[in-house]
Amino acid sequence: MRLSAQPSVADSLSSFSTDEKAGFTLTDGSRIAVVGGGPAGSFFAYFLLKMARSIDLDIAVDIFEPRSFSRCGPAGCNHCGGVISESLVQILAAEGINLPQQVVQRGIESYVVHMDVGSVAIQSTAGEQRIAALYRGNGPREGGDAPWESFDGYLQGMATGLGAQVVRKLITGVDWREGFPWLISPDGAATRYDLVTVASGVNSNFIKLLGRLPEPLFPPDTTRAYVCEYRSSEREISRILGDAVHVFLLTIPRLEFAAIIPKGQFVTVVMVGDDLDQKLVTEFLLDPVVRACFPTDATPCVCSCSPLLNLGARSRPYADRIVLIGDSGVTRLYKDGIGAALRTGKAAASTAIFHGVSKAAFARHFWPACRRIEQDNAIGKVMFGTTAIFKRFRFLRRIMYRMARREQELPSRRPHMSSLLWNMFTGSAPYTDICRDALHPGFAGNMIMQAAAGLLPSGAGRKGVEGP
Amino acid sequence: MSSALGTVYRDGETIVRQGEMGDCMYVVQAGQVEVVQSAEHGEQHLAFLKAGDFFGEMAVFEHELRSATVRSVGESRALKVDKKTLLRRIGEDPLLAVNLLQTMSHRIRDLNAELSHHREIHL
Repeated sequence: MRLSAQPSVADSLSSFSTDEKAGFTLTDGSRIAVVGGGPAGSFFAYFLLKMARSIDLDIAVDIFEPRSFSRCGPAGCNHCGGVISESLVQILAAEGINLPQQVVQRGIESYVVHMDVGSVAIQSTAGEQRIAALYRGNGPREGGDAPWESFDGYLQGMATGLGAQVVRKLITGVDWREGFPWLISPDGAATRYDLVTVASGVNSNFIKLLGRLPEPLFPPDTTRAYVCEYRSSEREISRILGDAVHVFLLTIPRLEFAAIIPKGQFVTVVMVGDDLDQKLVTEFLLDPVVRACFPTDATPCVCSCSPLLNLGARSRPYADRIVLIGDSGVTRLYKDGIGAALRTGKAAASTAIFHGVSKAAFARHFWPACRRIEQDNAIGKVMFGTTAIFKRFRFLRRIMYRMARREQELPSRRPHMSSLLWNMFTGSAPYTDICRDALHPGFAGNMIMQAAAGLLPSGAGRKGVEGP
Repeated sequence: MSSALGTVYRDGETIVRQGEMGDCMYVVQAGQVEVVQSAEHGEQHLAFLKAGDFFGEMAVFEHELRSATVRSVGESRALKVDKKTLLRRIGEDPLLAVNLLQTMSHRIRDLNAELSHHREIHL
């Protein structure tokens, strides 16, 4: 009888020995391909080479990434809002990955939640800037004069620093011959690999090619987001937005949530919702609540995209000698995709080095990391569903606003609502933790008190200025 | 506007104080800090730490008071890593602890070298 869900040492050793007999282990001279050189691919390559070095294993890693992250605009970008959560900044630091000043466009120390009933600023309890607003590529179109560095380029540099080779080629095919995956480039050349790690995200065509393999792998379900960059002056951005990410919970149909993120001389607008189209974008930008906190000197949108977001894997993200990481496989719902890239990339790397590259090895040692994320996402869907209900009813929005505002005014109080909003929108805590906090009796008690205060005659139990 | 993460400390400013209870470790992001320990005969210099080095990790792994004081040398910047965040992540990914163990192992090696050096002097 096994008491723990974790595989025992005996199980691990026996699976490693079986993989070794079948040739499913990495040995000196093994070749590993990473398709996609974004954070997931770079984290995987970095940890794989670091772990290989620690056991004197000599392997070769090719990262296939046709884009150069030193280019401005979509050609060098990975289409994302570009916020690194508080918990991820800390974990990266503990891993020895410290984000240099040139990569961080702005250190964020608070989130401002805007609703039609009022706006409330929620401060980081750490009292320091531990959230990073950055650019995945080299910034938006027309941003060539800014002295910044790409986050994705920085991570890729860490992987190449350990010996990974970046191949600036698009992979147009994948084949399976004699038990090994082969990657095919546009000139028809095919190369055999011992392991292919797919980190191409959901916005690339490569992931669709995996459906043709003998053991097909399918792309995840997706939805579309909208990301747009506006140029403004640093002074105006500081005046209007400060060192805060501004989140909008508005009653605009089809809009789940939106955020404005300050970065150097630009602001990034990110929107998530159903069937996002130009009409919805315009409606959001013209909303009085949004206009009140939008830089007055902002130029029209200089760079925009509608990237796909992973909403959940349709198949297990691995097979013999193939593993899908980051957005290509399992990622966190709406938030902290880079945190998920770190987790799945590192789990895949440690599995490949210490346990083998067979489907069984990935099932036993890689899948638990993905399953934890998937289970947390299920709770996340419930939490976002609950937020949608709050958004729909004005009296609930008022309660939410009053609770958060009062907690921020009286820091000695336990910040139930502030923590919930902070963790929901920063992506810093697992959704399971957020749900547990929301089920705390104090949370319900506080809500009831605020609901009662809202029923009192005007002036009694109220403080500060609320929206219309 | 600041594009730097963590907290900026002025020259001579104390970041952690010996004898206080700690619930986080720190990673130096920029500049230099000095680790000192109060002894019977005054303050003893233990080490200088630079960008990428961490300190205060003993408070994460033991429920003990801080064993040394850390001060900024010139202006420095350090990022706090919460005990809960770190231990939770180590629970999910024990390999994260290897990175910390490597640094702690280097420190034991340095201490051993210093100890044997002192013994040689006194013999």
